[in-house]
Amino acid sequence: MTTTPETTTAPAEAVSFDRTEAADARRSGAGVTGWAANYLDERTGISYVVREFGRKIFPDHWSFMLGEVSLYSFVIILLSGSFLTFFFQASMAEVVYNGSYVPLKGLQMSAAMQSALDISFDIRGGLLMRQIHHWAALLFIAATGVHMMRIFFTGAFRKPRELNWVIGFTLFILAMGEGFTGYSLPDDLLSGNGLRIIAGMVEGIPFIGSWIEWFLFGGQFPGTAIVGRLYTLHILLLPAAVVALIGLHLVFVVVQKHTQFAGPGRTNDNVIGYPILPVYAAKAGGFFFIVFGVVVLIATFFTINPIWTYGPYDPSPVSAGTQPDWYIGFADGALRLVPHGWEFVLFNTTYSLNIIAPIAVLGLFIVTAMAYPFLEGWVTGDKREHHIADRPRNMPTRTAIGAAGVTFYAVLWAAASSDLIATHFRLSIEGVIVSMQFTLIIGPFIAYFVAKRICLALQKKDREMALHGYESGRIVRLPGGEFIEVHEPVDEYERWKLVSYNDYEPLMLRPNANGKIPPQERVRAVLSRWFFEDRIEPVSTTEVELASHH
Amino acid sequence: MLFPIRARADERPARSRRRSGRRSPLATVALVTIGLLLTGGAYTLFTASSGANAAIDLSSPQAIAQGKKLFQANCATCHGLALQGTVAGPSLIGVGAASVDFQVGTGRMPMARDAPQAEARQPVFTDTQTKQLAAYVASVAAGPGLPPSKYLTLTGDATRGAELFRINCAMCHNVAGAGGALTEGKYAPNLQDTTPAHIYEAMLTGPQNMPVFNDDNITPQDKQDIITALKTQAQNEDVGGFTLGDLGPVAEGLFLWIFGLGAIIAFTVWLTARAN
Repeated sequence: MTTTPETTTAPAEAVSFDRTEAADARRSGAGVTGWAANYLDERTGISYVVREFGRKIFPDHWSFMLGEVSLYSFVIILLSGSFLTFFFQASMAEVVYNGSYVPLKGLQMSAAMQSALDISFDIRGGLLMRQIHHWAALLFIAATGVHMMRIFFTGAFRKPRELNWVIGFTLFILAMGEGFTGYSLPDDLLSGNGLRIIAGMVEGIPFIGSWIEWFLFGGQFPGTAIVGRLYTLHILLLPAAVVALIGLHLVFVVVQKHTQFAGPGRTNDNVIGYPILPVYAAKAGGFFFIVFGVVVLIATFFTINPIWTYGPYDPSPVSAGTQPDWYIGFADGALRLVPHGWEFVLFNTTYSLNIIAPIAVLGLFIVTAMAYPFLEGWVTGDKREHHIADRPRNMPTRTAIGAAGVTFYAVLWAAASSDLIATHFRLSIEGVIVSMQFTLIIGPFIAYFVAKRICLALQKKDREMALHGYESGRIVRLPGGEFIEVHEPVDEYERWKLVSYNDYEPLMLRPNANGKIPPQERVRAVLSRWFFEDRIEPVSTTEVELASHH
Repeated sequence: MLFPIRARADERPARSRRRSGRRSPLATVALVTIGLLLTGGAYTLFTASSGANAAIDLSSPQAIAQGKKLFQANCATCHGLALQGTVAGPSLIGVGAASVDFQVGTGRMPMARDAPQAEARQPVFTDTQTKQLAAYVASVAAGPGLPPSKYLTLTGDATRGAELFRINCAMCHNVAGAGGALTEGKYAPNLQDTTPAHIYEAMLTGPQNMPVFNDDNITPQDKQDIITALKTQAQNEDVGGFTLGDLGPVAEGLFLWIFGLGAIIAFTVWLTARAN
């Protein structure tokens, strides 16, 4: 598939027209492939693209493939989802089920539920496709989340990649929207319960809540419009936005190049790795099929969303253990953790703090995470481009902030399964809720301090290794009777990884040209001190030389 | 250190000779396994046969007398000699045979320990003894009787039963009967392995935290439909594959994160591993 120099120069030679030439080229040249490549290139000039794109280099590290996983699961979702649209009816018209699943025969349900059951029981391969679609959706958002953590903890969001972080974050939110609209489509009991909670949350917004709810549902909940509307969002608007943003996200990756970890020969101006063609394309293509295979395997053996067990939606029943899919869990958990009685009445209006507070807290959390690259950039005042990924330990405060954020999210997420935690670990549900309320507040602080201490300790260990080598395990007895353990020096390649990282110092407050210190500079100085007060300086060349002499 | 090793090496021919002999070293293991399987199987058979509905006339004086003895020896400490109840246990006057058969037949009574609620376990009494106890309690004061066997067959309307279950039971027991949490450490148990008679009796008598669903509220026919729905659901093959405990999205999410994403991350590590 590679474009050889001969084929790229072919157009120039082809100017002198000769009937036998093409046939000769076919016979003597690279055969059919070469001829086809030539044919395409003469008409599209594609060799330029292939040459440019094919020589793109991607560095090799397992964590750099996480974004690929989410891309591939999205492709699986698109393929399986297209299949499902052939048979799904997004209508809330009432019908009587008369399909193959006997325990539901004769029951009134919406056309949406009926068609989802038909996909599961009467369309060949339908159930497998449904399960592939749903499992791939769970994987898509999970892989996206882990990919985001990789970006955060390695500082891959720093200049010039801040905008791509925002694009990626928007994709994460859109993916959650995709997931939730899909969860609500089959109109089974579980999805209806989920929609009821969303409707309730919307109603809880002061002043405009009830208006928005009636607008969304086209009248009183559940109405007859919501499935159709969610369907439009689910298969048209949201996927279009996701595809567009994924495209943009990838263009950014190509234009800005991929980050790499520090190592000998790796600088801020180069990328060391494999070219897309042929190595990386083959690897990535193979990886796509591995991801597809894992999803199909799971979908074959494990049930997901058994709507036939849940039955059709009816506003009166609510099942115990009604939960959203995992990615909405943090929001459900936030609702569950609100203390009892958080509401007040003012001028005949009830203000439901039990809904307003979670919405506000989650909104703040999301906005802070999204804006983090800009906040950190402002605090460090670093305007340089960064193409070398940080090892998490080398930015202790950032890693600690990340750990605190992950803990906060994880506690909310776990709180969504408080009832199952209570039944499966034989605890009282009140006890579970109260301990989670405490963990939600205290947990992030503990995670912050523990993560920061671990980072600093690891940095100290790195410094020790770079200067004095590693413990070889060889005990030597000196003539005087003293025992020592011999330290072997680390080799140059290893040392490179240990010593090369950015070192920031706390900002010194200095008056500006007008002889004044503006207030925002004071805030910046405080934040900078918080960030860089505790730091381990990288080993300098002099130190290495000094150490090697004794 | 060297000698024992050499000695063992000398032994080797002898050991291999023994291995080729008539009795394989695995024979003992196999024998023990067979023995255990036989004992276990016999035990299962025995308990299963004792679990079958023993035909006992609840009004027979012998059964009542026998039940009274059992009651005085095993239950009176908490429930009182005249069923009047004590600080440790409620009065049983008027609870009826159905209640006794449920509580004792599922092993909830005698209570294993003082817990938020009595938990089901291996029954302490045989079915005959349970029925004798029921006969005695029912003889003291009238109450709900044992369910008529015609309502315990799985011949009801499963579709209607499932709908009734969703409306009346699913908020505590979960839509698939997998159980759910209640307040203060109490819980609604899993119903997938509960016998039809015990489900019927539970609806009729409302044990522990469960409300009573009397025959006016949910008719015997409705009860049979619900039992049919639950049991057909439990007996149906799982069309979508393993159900992960019927626990819904939490189990699915956990599975995906641990096994799905776990497997894929293992693949990424493998793909980027470099030969040493």
